[in-house]
Amino acid sequence: MHRLLTIASQITLAAGEEGESAAEEAHDAFVPGITSGPLVEWAWLIVVVPIIATFIIMFWGKKMPFKGWEIAWGSIGFVAIYGTVLFVLNATQGIVYEGAVEIAQIGDLTLEWGWVVDGLSIMMYFLVGVVGFLVFTYAKSYMKGDVRFTWFFASFSLFAGGMLVLVSAPNLIQLIVGWELVGVSSYLLIGHYWEDLANVDAANTAFMVNKVADAGLFLGAIIMAVSVGSFRFDDIIDVVVHGEAGMLSQYAFWAGLLIFIGAMGKSAQFPLHVWLPDAMAGPTPVSALMHAATMVTAGVYLLARLFPFYLDPTGMFAGDVRDIIIVIGGLTLFLMGFLAIVQKDIKKVLAYSTVSQLGYMVAAMGAGAYTAGLFHLFTHAFFKALLFLGAGSIIHAVHSNNMLDMGGLRKKMPVTFWTFIVGTLALIGIFPFAGFFSKDEILASMKYAGENGQDMANFILILGIAGAFITAFYMTRLLALTFFGKYEGHAEPHESPKMMTVPLVALAFFAVAAGWINWPGVYTGFTTWVATRIPLTGMGDHHPEGLDWSLVVIVTPVVLAGVVAGWFVYGRKKKPQAERDSFRIPVLWPFFENLYYIPDFYMNAIVRPIMGPISRVVLWFDMYVIDGFVNLVGLGSLGLAKVVRVFDQNVVDGFYNELGAGVGGSGSGLRLMFTGRVQQYAAFSFIGVVVIAVLFIIL
Amino acid sequence: MTVVQFVLVGMAFFSIGLYGVLSRKNAVLILASVELMLAGVNINMVTFDTYLQDQLHAGQIFSLFIIALAAAEVGIGIAIILLIFRNLQTADVDSLDLMKD
Repeated sequence: MHRLLTIASQITLAAGEEGESAAEEAHDAFVPGITSGPLVEWAWLIVVVPIIATFIIMFWGKKMPFKGWEIAWGSIGFVAIYGTVLFVLNATQGIVYEGAVEIAQIGDLTLEWGWVVDGLSIMMYFLVGVVGFLVFTYAKSYMKGDVRFTWFFASFSLFAGGMLVLVSAPNLIQLIVGWELVGVSSYLLIGHYWEDLANVDAANTAFMVNKVADAGLFLGAIIMAVSVGSFRFDDIIDVVVHGEAGMLSQYAFWAGLLIFIGAMGKSAQFPLHVWLPDAMAGPTPVSALMHAATMVTAGVYLLARLFPFYLDPTGMFAGDVRDIIIVIGGLTLFLMGFLAIVQKDIKKVLAYSTVSQLGYMVAAMGAGAYTAGLFHLFTHAFFKALLFLGAGSIIHAVHSNNMLDMGGLRKKMPVTFWTFIVGTLALIGIFPFAGFFSKDEILASMKYAGENGQDMANFILILGIAGAFITAFYMTRLLALTFFGKYEGHAEPHESPKMMTVPLVALAFFAVAAGWINWPGVYTGFTTWVATRIPLTGMGDHHPEGLDWSLVVIVTPVVLAGVVAGWFVYGRKKKPQAERDSFRIPVLWPFFENLYYIPDFYMNAIVRPIMGPISRVVLWFDMYVIDGFVNLVGLGSLGLAKVVRVFDQNVVDGFYNELGAGVGGSGSGLRLMFTGRVQQYAAFSFIGVVVIAVLFIIL
Repeated sequence: MTVVQFVLVGMAFFSIGLYGVLSRKNAVLILASVELMLAGVNINMVTFDTYLQDQLHAGQIFSLFIIALAAAEVGIGIAIILLIFRNLQTADVDSLDLMKD
């Protein structure tokens, strides 16, 4: 059941359309080098190994020498190695492959479990594998002594496995399966320390918000499948490429919007972002993986997977949704950056930073910049994992999440400090760190989109530049409060063990170097790597010939201004921590501190009004319907018991009593024969002999 | 001398013995009647051994076995009766109905 035929037809299609699309597409038509072979046919192992590992850990983990960690580590290491091999091969030769196994046939609908091996999913395999591997290594040390150590690694493997199911999906059904696997394992991980009610609430929030968004995804997928007649991405893209909208043209906008709502939930876009900062309740390695490679990237991945549907050059599909996408992304990147400024919890600063950066990615997708969005996803995964693991290292040392308990850690934790600096420079986008290239490309794409008819992009470009300032400002605050000044905590801080610092250094390497694989004008390998399939559809995005100097000239000074402003406000004086963090702007700060009142709004306007009546209805239902049913069942069984009793006493007992009486009667009858007299016995035996003799003679 | 005369004697022995076993009340006499039955059987054995001219003389050998068996039987039987008499002060089989229970 290989899909090579479809892909082959797309190749010829692309070759046919090359003539017309060559003018607007700058890069050459690209023919993938690897479309078959054992390496890609066995790629399903990437997905299956972590999931099998989950079950092994669950059942036998506690008996192992490292309590199941070694299985989790080995399986993610396997994914890392396989992912790297595929990544390198894809970079050198290009890979497009789809394998599938038919699971069920329902009418015209075929359910398949498949694995896509193309540029986009290979990038995700590589990210999940490499970042996951480093985080799993780190987690062994970080989680040491945890009560549910084994269980943690079981859910953690499932988390990575779910993400791999998601990114390997060739159809919407499998994507939703992976989507929910990620959702449920994130629920387990966020609520890992469930002894504390706040953590349970955080896990519930994450689950519920995601469910709200998932409803959108389901509806969108159903609309899409009903109008296209297939859940497979290939078929959907095929319809878009051929411009044969058919039934889909009426519903394309709604399908696109609903699927985007699903993506908003997982990628934590405003206003469905509330769960992600709360998700900090989980252990730090979970936050690192969740914010880097898995979960939050799922939404961006989905938009990238359906990119031609949203790009919509023919105007028959979801092109209008892109304006909504770019606005949501722009609002997210701008508004959430401010919230990072007022947070006291170091992990929450990073969490809002992630939400803000996800806004950049989504806005890039909205601007039709496939490569730019994915490139930021790629670089962000490394430096955000680095920052989270660095924060975990600090928390491990000072036993507190609150930045007021930190300060002056520069000398005490040098490795953490320097890697954190690298991560920060990458995040705020200083040349030549990774974030510089990816953020610049996003802003350049927005500029290009603005110049080419998408008016909204001009406005979002300004928000994006302002967002760069905010990013620099809050990251400087974070650095100033944790590493500079005087230490005021209670615990004795110390550098973390090797097991934790080595992943930091490895991630720091990627945080520097990951940007160089897409250096406009110098080397743009990443553009072709992730786009192995895009040329097949004849739809790509705009790629700049070189760095857009007019933007660099604006953005870099803006970022530096943010750093200077941040240092001016938070780092200047060597005062006590609380005093250094006392900067407030009267009207804005309370607004930020209450998170724009969005959680309150949700609580008072949605959760309580819905929860009140629902809980009453549920109570009524419970008291009258369920209890009534239970009582009915009780009465029924009582009645049945009575019937059974009558039957038992009269019929069953009667039978046995009669049987007993019969045996007794025959016994007392026979008893008369046995008088105990020897001569009588002898007479009987003689009669018996005579009878036998007579019988012998007669017969 | 025909075989019928010997068979008639054996039958008479057996029948008298059987009658004695079933009708005598004294255990010692019952035992003696059993001996009569065995003697009747012996006569039968020897008669047919000769009559059929058995090369192995199985009938005669069996009659020797039966005589040995009868001696052993009388020994054990007398001993049992003696013990019963000692314990119950009687050898009357009609009053010996302990086997009833």
